[in-house]
Amino acid sequence: MISIFLISSMLIIFAIFLSLYRAILGPGVFNRVAAVNVIGTKTIALLVLIGYYTERPEFFDIALLYAMLNFIGTLVFARYLERGELWS
Amino acid sequence: MVLVNGMVTLFLAGGLFFTLVGSIGLLRFPDFYTRLHATGKCDTLGTSLILIGLIIHHLFHYSGTPLVPVRLLFLVFFIFIANPAATHALMKAAYEVGVKPWKLGDERR
Repeated sequence: MISIFLISSMLIIFAIFLSLYRAILGPGVFNRVAAVNVIGTKTIALLVLIGYYTERPEFFDIALLYAMLNFIGTLVFARYLERGELWS
Repeated sequence: MVLVNGMVTLFLAGGLFFTLVGSIGLLRFPDFYTRLHATGKCDTLGTSLILIGLIIHHLFHYSGTPLVPVRLLFLVFFIFIANPAATHALMKAAYEVGVKPWKLGDERR
């Protein structure tokens, strides 16, 4: 089972690199924000897989915190791009 | 135990398939809206399938601690709510700003 987790982590890292192309070269701000959101969602699965690979369940808490930060970051960025300011 | 390992592998393979397909859609589609259409659903389903497979793995291999994967279940619940909401907010912001949708025959952008 451990080698399956390792192969899955490597494939997720490959998908993250595919998304990183759009995050770096994507035309406009919105493509970049969408790519960063996608990378954050993949990172959650990667953190949980690393937690089972090293048999340390502390990584699940980091994954929970990362999910919340990713969601709030995307919402704040969307609001800022829509209105031009954050607090109004 | 072989059956459980095969089921976990099946869930992980399905999740990886949807994750890779979402990434290829983010690369290949011609427009911002179509890219979000690809990733907003594929990423949610792929990550949730991977987490559900890991919950099954935990329940059968580490049966001494059955309360640990409750966190993963909460994570699946949160992703199912939060990821489409974030995608919708981003798409609505782009529509309000005035990003034009792609039509057949236009340039890729």
